[in-house]
Amino acid sequence: MRLDPVILFFLLGFAARFWDSDLKLPEALYETLSIYLLLAIGLKGGVELAKHPMGTVLPQAAAAMAMGACLPLLAYPALRHLGRLNGFDAASIAGHYGSVSVVTFAVGVSFLVKREVAFEEYMPLFVALMEVPGIVVGILLARMTGSAAAPAVLARPAIQWGALAHEIFLGKSVVLLGGGLAIGWFAGPSGLEPMSPLFFGLFKGVLALFLLEMGLVAAARIGDFRRAGPFLIGFGVITPVLFGAIGVLVGRATGLSVGGATLLGVLAASASYIAAPAAMRIAIPEANPTLSIVTALGVTFPFNLTLGIPLYHEIARRLIFP
Amino acid sequence: MNTHPKKLLVLIGEYALEKFLIRDAKRFGAHGYTIADVRGGGSHGTREADWEGSRSIRMEVICDPEVASAISEHVLRNYCANYSVSMYVTDVAVLRPEKF
Repeated sequence: MRLDPVILFFLLGFAARFWDSDLKLPEALYETLSIYLLLAIGLKGGVELAKHPMGTVLPQAAAAMAMGACLPLLAYPALRHLGRLNGFDAASIAGHYGSVSVVTFAVGVSFLVKREVAFEEYMPLFVALMEVPGIVVGILLARMTGSAAAPAVLARPAIQWGALAHEIFLGKSVVLLGGGLAIGWFAGPSGLEPMSPLFFGLFKGVLALFLLEMGLVAAARIGDFRRAGPFLIGFGVITPVLFGAIGVLVGRATGLSVGGATLLGVLAASASYIAAPAAMRIAIPEANPTLSIVTALGVTFPFNLTLGIPLYHEIARRLIFP
Repeated sequence: MNTHPKKLLVLIGEYALEKFLIRDAKRFGAHGYTIADVRGGGSHGTREADWEGSRSIRMEVICDPEVASAISEHVLRNYCANYSVSMYVTDVAVLRPEKF
Protein backbone atom coordinates (compact mmCIF):
# COMPACT_ATOMS: atom_id res chain seq x y z
CA MET A 1 0.00 0.00 0.00
CA ARG A 2 1.37 3.39 -0.98
CA LEU A 3 2.09 5.98 1.69
CA ASP A 4 -0.52 8.66 2.15
CA PRO A 5 0.81 11.77 0.33
CA VAL A 6 0.36 13.88 3.48
CA ILE A 7 3.08 11.73 5.07
CA LEU A 8 5.31 12.50 2.11
CA PHE A 9 4.91 16.21 2.92
CA PHE A 10 6.02 15.47 6.47
CA LEU A 11 9.04 13.52 5.19
CA LEU A 12 9.88 16.37 2.80
CA GLY A 13 9.92 18.86 5.68
CA PHE A 14 11.90 16.45 7.82
CA ALA A 15 14.51 15.87 5.10
CA ALA A 16 14.75 19.58 4.27
CA ARG A 17 15.57 20.44 7.86
CA PHE A 18 17.82 17.41 8.32
CA TRP A 19 20.00 18.52 5.40
CA ASP A 20 19.94 22.13 6.54
CA SER A 21 17.82 23.59 3.77
CA ASP A 22 16.90 27.24 4.21
CA LEU A 23 13.19 26.30 3.90
CA LYS A 24 11.26 27.91 6.69
CA LEU A 25 7.53 28.53 7.09
CA PRO A 26 6.63 31.78 8.83
CA GLU A 27 5.43 31.28 12.39
CA ALA A 28 2.23 33.18 11.55
CA LEU A 29 1.42 30.58 8.88
CA TYR A 30 2.04 27.75 11.34
CA GLU A 31 -0.38 29.46 13.74
CA THR A 32 -3.00 30.02 11.01
CA LEU A 33 -2.84 26.44 9.77
CA SER A 34 -3.14 25.01 13.28
CA ILE A 35 -6.17 27.21 14.02
CA TYR A 36 -7.77 26.05 10.77
CA LEU A 37 -7.13 22.37 11.48
CA LEU A 38 -8.46 22.51 15.04
CA LEU A 39 -11.63 24.33 13.93
CA ALA A 40 -12.24 22.11 10.91
CA ILE A 41 -11.81 18.91 12.94
CA GLY A 42 -14.15 20.27 15.62
CA LEU A 43 -16.81 21.35 13.10
CA LYS A 44 -16.82 17.99 11.36
CA GLY A 45 -17.16 16.16 14.67
CA GLY A 46 -19.94 18.49 15.82
CA VAL A 47 -22.03 17.86 12.71
CA GLU A 48 -21.67 14.10 13.16
CA LEU A 49 -22.28 14.28 16.90
CA ALA A 50 -25.75 15.74 16.30
CA LYS A 51 -26.68 12.58 14.37
CA HIS A 52 -25.95 10.18 17.22
CA PRO A 53 -27.90 9.54 20.42
CA MET A 54 -26.06 10.81 23.49
CA GLY A 55 -26.80 7.48 25.21
CA THR A 56 -24.27 5.77 22.90
CA VAL A 57 -21.70 8.55 22.80
CA LEU A 58 -21.46 9.54 26.46
CA PRO A 59 -20.26 6.19 27.91
CA GLN A 60 -17.63 5.98 25.16
CA ALA A 61 -16.56 9.56 25.82
CA ALA A 62 -16.31 8.88 29.56
CA ALA A 63 -14.20 5.78 28.89
CA ALA A 64 -11.89 7.78 26.60
CA MET A 65 -11.41 10.46 29.25
CA ALA A 66 -10.79 7.89 31.98
CA MET A 67 -8.22 6.21 29.76
CA GLY A 68 -6.49 9.57 29.17
CA ALA A 69 -6.27 10.04 32.94
CA CYS A 70 -4.89 6.53 33.55
CA LEU A 71 -2.17 6.48 30.86
CA PRO A 72 0.19 8.84 32.73
CA LEU A 73 -0.07 6.55 35.75
CA LEU A 74 1.38 3.76 33.61
CA ALA A 75 4.07 5.94 32.04
CA TYR A 76 5.24 7.59 35.24
CA PRO A 77 6.69 4.54 37.07
CA ALA A 78 8.53 3.48 33.91
CA LEU A 79 10.07 6.92 33.50
CA ARG A 80 10.94 7.19 37.17
CA HIS A 81 12.31 3.69 37.84
CA LEU A 82 13.49 2.37 34.47
CA GLY A 83 14.53 5.73 33.07
CA ARG A 84 15.79 7.06 36.43
CA LEU A 85 14.33 10.49 35.67
CA ASN A 86 13.58 12.91 38.47
CA GLY A 87 9.95 13.26 39.61
CA PHE A 88 9.33 16.51 37.71
CA ASP A 89 10.60 15.27 34.37
CA ALA A 90 8.82 11.92 34.74
CA ALA A 91 5.51 13.60 35.63
CA SER A 92 5.77 16.13 32.82
CA ILE A 93 6.53 13.50 30.17
CA ALA A 94 3.80 11.22 31.54
CA GLY A 95 1.32 14.11 31.21
CA HIS A 96 2.33 14.70 27.57
CA TYR A 97 1.58 11.03 26.80
CA GLY A 98 -1.76 11.09 28.61
CA SER A 99 -2.87 14.03 26.46
CA VAL A 100 -3.31 13.72 22.69
CA SER A 101 -1.99 15.04 19.39
CA VAL A 102 -4.72 16.43 17.15
CA VAL A 103 -2.63 16.20 14.00
CA THR A 104 -1.80 12.54 14.61
CA PHE A 105 -5.56 11.99 14.90
CA ALA A 106 -6.16 13.83 11.61
CA VAL A 107 -3.58 11.66 9.86
CA GLY A 108 -5.25 8.57 11.39
CA VAL A 109 -8.59 9.68 9.94
CA SER A 110 -6.97 10.26 6.58
CA PHE A 111 -5.43 6.75 6.74
CA LEU A 112 -8.83 5.14 7.39
CA VAL A 113 -10.61 7.20 4.72
CA LYS A 114 -8.01 6.19 2.14
CA ARG A 115 -8.58 2.51 2.97
CA GLU A 116 -12.35 3.00 3.08
CA VAL A 117 -12.57 1.80 6.67
CA ALA A 118 -15.69 3.14 8.42
CA PHE A 119 -15.34 4.83 11.83
CA GLU A 120 -17.52 6.79 14.24
CA GLU A 121 -17.32 10.30 12.77
CA TYR A 122 -18.05 12.01 16.08
CA MET A 123 -14.62 10.99 17.37
CA PRO A 124 -13.28 14.59 17.41
CA LEU A 125 -15.34 14.87 20.60
CA PHE A 126 -12.96 12.37 22.18
CA VAL A 127 -9.97 14.39 20.99
CA ALA A 128 -11.30 17.49 22.76
CA LEU A 129 -12.12 15.52 25.91
CA MET A 130 -8.81 13.67 26.04
CA GLU A 131 -6.63 16.80 25.85
CA VAL A 132 -7.04 17.77 29.48
CA PRO A 133 -7.23 14.74 31.85
CA GLY A 134 -3.72 13.45 31.12
CA ILE A 135 -2.23 16.91 31.69
CA VAL A 136 -4.02 17.29 35.03
CA VAL A 137 -2.86 13.85 36.20
CA GLY A 138 0.70 14.68 35.14
CA ILE A 139 0.60 17.87 37.20
CA LEU A 140 -0.80 16.04 40.22
CA LEU A 141 1.95 13.42 39.93
CA ALA A 142 4.54 16.20 40.00
CA ARG A 143 2.89 17.79 43.05
CA MET A 144 2.69 14.53 44.96
CA THR A 145 6.08 13.01 44.29
CA GLY A 146 8.19 15.80 42.87
CA SER A 147 8.18 18.05 45.92
CA ALA A 148 10.20 15.53 47.91
CA ALA A 149 12.93 15.70 45.29
CA ALA A 150 13.13 19.51 45.21
CA PRO A 151 16.34 20.92 46.62
CA ALA A 152 15.37 22.86 49.73
CA VAL A 153 17.62 25.79 48.85
CA LEU A 154 15.47 26.76 45.88
CA ALA A 155 12.69 29.09 46.91
CA ARG A 156 9.63 27.46 45.45
CA PRO A 157 6.97 29.92 44.27
CA ALA A 158 3.43 28.84 45.14
CA ILE A 159 1.63 27.32 42.20
CA GLN A 160 -0.89 29.69 40.65
CA TRP A 161 -3.90 27.42 40.21
CA GLY A 162 -6.05 30.12 38.62
CA ALA A 163 -3.55 30.87 35.88
CA LEU A 164 -2.96 27.17 35.42
CA ALA A 165 -6.63 26.25 35.04
CA HIS A 166 -6.92 29.13 32.58
CA GLU A 167 -3.99 27.80 30.57
CA ILE A 168 -5.36 24.24 30.50
CA PHE A 169 -9.04 24.84 29.84
CA LEU A 170 -8.73 27.97 27.70
CA GLY A 171 -5.70 26.91 25.70
CA LYS A 172 -6.26 27.36 21.98
CA SER A 173 -6.63 23.66 21.20
CA VAL A 174 -9.43 23.10 23.72
CA VAL A 175 -11.19 26.36 22.77
CA LEU A 176 -11.06 25.74 19.02
CA LEU A 177 -11.87 22.02 19.10
CA GLY A 178 -14.62 22.48 21.68
CA GLY A 179 -15.91 25.64 19.96
CA GLY A 180 -15.89 23.92 16.56
CA LEU A 181 -17.79 20.94 18.01
CA ALA A 182 -20.41 23.25 19.50
CA ILE A 183 -20.80 25.32 16.31
CA GLY A 184 -21.00 22.19 14.15
CA TRP A 185 -23.53 20.64 16.50
CA PHE A 186 -25.76 23.74 16.55
CA ALA A 187 -25.45 24.63 12.88
CA GLY A 188 -25.88 21.13 11.48
CA PRO A 189 -24.89 20.09 7.95
CA SER A 190 -27.17 22.60 6.22
CA GLY A 191 -25.90 25.51 8.34
CA LEU A 192 -22.28 24.68 7.54
CA GLU A 193 -22.92 24.07 3.84
CA PRO A 194 -21.74 27.55 2.73
CA MET A 195 -18.46 27.04 4.63
CA SER A 196 -17.87 23.48 3.59
CA PRO A 197 -15.57 24.30 0.62
CA LEU A 198 -13.22 26.04 3.06
CA PHE A 199 -13.42 23.80 6.11
CA PHE A 200 -13.95 20.41 4.51
CA GLY A 201 -12.92 20.80 0.85
CA LEU A 202 -9.48 22.26 1.56
CA PHE A 203 -8.80 20.16 4.64
CA LYS A 204 -6.41 17.63 3.14
CA GLY A 205 -4.31 20.31 1.42
CA VAL A 206 -3.99 22.32 4.61
CA LEU A 207 -3.08 19.18 6.54
CA ALA A 208 -0.33 18.53 3.98
CA LEU A 209 1.08 22.06 4.40
CA PHE A 210 0.93 21.76 8.17
CA LEU A 211 2.74 18.44 8.06
CA LEU A 212 5.46 20.00 5.90
CA GLU A 213 5.98 22.50 8.72
CA MET A 214 5.78 19.77 11.37
CA GLY A 215 8.48 17.86 9.50
CA LEU A 216 10.74 20.90 9.81
CA VAL A 217 9.92 21.30 13.50
CA ALA A 218 10.32 17.59 14.32
CA ALA A 219 13.68 17.33 12.54
CA ALA A 220 14.92 20.37 14.47
CA ARG A 221 14.61 18.25 17.64
CA ILE A 222 17.20 15.72 16.41
CA GLY A 223 19.93 17.97 17.75
CA ASP A 224 18.56 17.33 21.25
CA PHE A 225 18.56 13.51 20.97
CA ARG A 226 21.86 13.31 22.78
CA ARG A 227 20.44 15.23 25.72
CA ALA A 228 17.40 12.93 25.88
CA GLY A 229 19.49 9.75 25.87
CA PRO A 230 18.69 6.26 24.60
CA PHE A 231 16.08 5.49 27.27
CA LEU A 232 13.74 8.31 26.22
CA ILE A 233 14.18 7.54 22.53
CA GLY A 234 13.18 3.92 23.23
CA PHE A 235 10.36 5.14 25.46
CA GLY A 236 9.08 7.31 22.59
CA VAL A 237 8.66 4.21 20.40
CA ILE A 238 7.59 1.52 22.88
CA THR A 239 5.04 3.61 24.82
CA PRO A 240 2.87 4.48 21.81
CA VAL A 241 2.73 0.81 20.78
CA LEU A 242 1.60 -0.30 24.26
CA PHE A 243 -0.78 2.64 24.69
CA GLY A 244 -2.11 2.17 21.14
CA ALA A 245 -3.01 -1.44 21.95
CA ILE A 246 -4.71 -0.30 25.18
CA GLY A 247 -6.69 2.30 23.21
CA VAL A 248 -7.86 -0.29 20.69
CA LEU A 249 -8.92 -2.60 23.54
CA VAL A 250 -10.87 0.19 25.28
CA GLY A 251 -12.47 1.02 21.93
CA ARG A 252 -13.59 -2.56 21.48
CA ALA A 253 -14.88 -2.77 25.07
CA THR A 254 -16.99 0.36 24.60
CA GLY A 255 -18.53 -0.85 21.36
CA LEU A 256 -16.58 1.15 18.76
CA SER A 257 -16.11 -0.26 15.25
CA VAL A 258 -12.71 -1.45 13.98
CA GLY A 259 -12.10 2.02 12.52
CA GLY A 260 -13.23 3.78 15.71
CA ALA A 261 -11.11 1.52 17.90
CA THR A 262 -8.12 2.18 15.62
CA LEU A 263 -8.61 5.91 16.13
CA LEU A 264 -8.93 5.53 19.90
CA GLY A 265 -5.67 3.57 19.70
CA VAL A 266 -4.11 6.45 17.72
CA LEU A 267 -5.29 8.93 20.37
CA ALA A 268 -3.95 6.81 23.23
CA ALA A 269 -0.63 6.37 21.41
CA SER A 270 -0.19 10.05 20.57
CA ALA A 271 1.54 12.58 22.78
CA SER A 272 0.48 16.21 23.02
CA TYR A 273 2.79 18.91 21.75
CA ILE A 274 0.41 21.90 21.73
CA ALA A 275 -1.62 21.90 24.95
CA ALA A 276 0.70 19.91 27.21
CA PRO A 277 4.01 21.78 26.72
CA ALA A 278 2.34 25.14 27.42
CA ALA A 279 0.53 23.88 30.52
CA MET A 280 3.53 21.94 31.87
CA ARG A 281 5.85 24.92 31.46
CA ILE A 282 3.67 26.81 33.94
CA ALA A 283 2.63 23.94 36.19
CA ILE A 284 5.97 22.11 36.47
CA PRO A 285 8.65 24.71 35.73
CA GLU A 286 11.30 22.42 37.22
CA ALA A 287 10.80 19.87 34.44
CA ASN A 288 13.21 20.20 31.54
CA PRO A 289 11.00 20.94 28.51
CA THR A 290 13.64 19.66 26.09
CA LEU A 291 13.14 16.08 27.32
CA SER A 292 9.37 15.95 26.85
CA ILE A 293 9.47 17.76 23.52
CA VAL A 294 12.22 15.61 22.01
CA THR A 295 10.34 12.49 23.06
CA ALA A 296 6.83 13.60 22.04
CA LEU A 297 7.68 15.58 18.93
CA GLY A 298 11.04 14.21 17.81
CA VAL A 299 10.33 10.50 18.33
CA THR A 300 6.68 9.59 18.96
CA PHE A 301 5.09 11.95 16.45
CA PRO A 302 7.13 10.78 13.42
CA PHE A 303 6.83 7.16 14.60
CA ASN A 304 3.03 7.35 14.83
CA LEU A 305 2.68 9.07 11.46
CA THR A 306 4.76 6.57 9.53
CA LEU A 307 4.59 3.21 11.33
CA GLY A 308 2.31 3.59 14.33
CA ILE A 309 -1.04 4.31 12.67
CA PRO A 310 -0.88 1.33 10.26
CA LEU A 311 0.30 -0.82 13.19
CA TYR A 312 -2.63 0.14 15.44
CA HIS A 313 -5.00 -0.61 12.58
CA GLU A 314 -3.43 -4.05 12.16
CA ILE A 315 -3.64 -4.65 15.93
CA ALA A 316 -7.33 -3.72 15.77
CA ARG A 317 -8.04 -5.81 12.67
CA ARG A 318 -6.08 -8.97 13.48
CA LEU A 319 -5.79 -9.24 17.24
CA ILE A 320 -8.72 -7.46 18.75
CA PHE A 321 -11.44 -7.82 16.09
CA PRO A 322 -10.37 -11.14 14.51
CA MET B 1 16.33 69.43 24.83
CA ASN B 2 15.26 68.88 28.41
CA THR B 3 15.74 65.19 29.35
CA HIS B 4 15.24 63.20 32.53
CA PRO B 5 17.15 60.07 33.61
CA LYS B 6 15.29 56.74 33.82
CA LYS B 7 16.20 53.05 33.67
CA LEU B 8 15.47 50.76 30.74
CA LEU B 9 14.95 47.19 31.98
CA VAL B 10 15.09 44.58 29.22
CA LEU B 11 13.91 41.02 29.84
CA ILE B 12 14.35 38.31 27.20
CA GLY B 13 12.58 35.07 28.02
CA GLU B 14 10.24 32.27 27.09
CA TYR B 15 6.83 33.19 25.76
CA ALA B 16 5.30 31.14 28.61
CA LEU B 17 6.38 33.89 30.99
CA GLU B 18 4.73 36.77 29.12
CA LYS B 19 1.51 36.96 31.13
CA PHE B 20 3.38 36.71 34.41
CA LEU B 21 5.98 39.31 33.46
CA ILE B 22 3.31 41.82 32.44
CA ARG B 23 1.41 41.27 35.67
CA ASP B 24 4.56 41.55 37.79
CA ALA B 25 5.82 44.68 36.01
CA LYS B 26 2.52 46.45 36.64
CA ARG B 27 2.39 45.26 40.23
CA PHE B 28 5.82 46.71 40.97
CA GLY B 29 4.87 50.08 39.55
CA ALA B 30 5.81 50.09 35.86
CA HIS B 31 3.57 52.42 33.85
CA GLY B 32 4.02 50.67 30.56
CA TYR B 33 5.91 48.03 28.61
CA THR B 34 6.76 47.00 25.06
CA ILE B 35 6.98 43.38 23.94
CA ALA B 36 8.43 41.94 20.73
CA ASP B 37 8.68 38.37 19.48
CA VAL B 38 12.32 37.36 19.12
CA ARG B 39 14.46 34.28 18.59
CA GLY B 40 17.93 33.33 19.71
CA GLY B 41 20.06 30.85 21.60
CA GLY B 42 22.13 30.47 24.74
CA SER B 43 22.99 28.08 27.54
CA HIS B 44 19.46 26.60 27.47
CA GLY B 45 19.70 25.77 23.74
CA THR B 46 18.30 27.57 20.70
CA ARG B 47 14.78 28.96 20.55
CA GLU B 48 13.88 29.38 16.91
CA ALA B 49 10.25 30.48 17.28
CA ASP B 50 9.24 27.89 14.67
CA TRP B 51 6.29 26.63 16.72
CA GLU B 52 4.53 27.58 19.93
CA GLY B 53 6.93 25.68 22.20
CA SER B 54 9.95 27.69 21.10
CA ARG B 55 8.62 31.24 21.13
CA SER B 56 10.54 33.92 22.99
CA ILE B 57 9.80 37.51 23.83
CA ARG B 58 11.77 40.64 24.63
CA MET B 59 10.07 42.94 27.10
CA GLU B 60 11.23 46.51 27.62
CA VAL B 61 10.20 48.60 30.59
CA ILE B 62 11.24 52.20 31.11
CA CYS B 63 10.85 53.09 34.77
CA ASP B 64 12.39 54.51 37.93
CA PRO B 65 15.47 52.74 39.34
CA GLU B 66 13.52 51.36 42.34
CA VAL B 67 10.88 49.84 40.07
CA ALA B 68 13.52 48.28 37.80
CA SER B 69 15.26 46.80 40.78
CA ALA B 70 12.01 45.44 42.30
CA ILE B 71 10.99 43.78 39.02
CA SER B 72 14.41 42.32 38.33
CA GLU B 73 14.79 40.93 41.85
CA HIS B 74 11.37 39.32 41.63
CA VAL B 75 12.24 37.76 38.27
CA LEU B 76 15.59 36.50 39.57
CA ARG B 77 13.93 34.94 42.59
CA ASN B 78 10.95 33.36 40.89
CA TYR B 79 11.78 32.52 37.30
CA CYS B 80 15.50 32.38 36.64
CA ALA B 81 16.02 28.95 38.23
CA ASN B 82 13.73 27.17 35.81
CA TYR B 83 13.15 29.38 32.78
CA SER B 84 15.47 30.81 30.15
CA VAL B 85 15.68 34.49 31.02
CA SER B 86 18.22 37.19 30.15
CA MET B 87 18.00 40.57 31.83
CA TYR B 88 19.87 43.82 31.67
CA VAL B 89 19.40 47.42 32.76
CA THR B 90 20.68 50.54 31.05
CA ASP B 91 20.39 54.26 31.61
CA VAL B 92 18.09 56.12 29.29
CA ALA B 93 16.93 59.73 29.01
CA VAL B 94 13.26 60.53 28.45
CA LEU B 95 11.48 63.73 27.52
CA ARG B 96 8.29 63.23 29.54
CA PRO B 97 9.20 61.78 32.96
CA GLU B 98 5.57 61.58 34.16
CA LYS B 99 4.87 58.97 31.47
CA PHE B 100 7.27 56.44 33.00
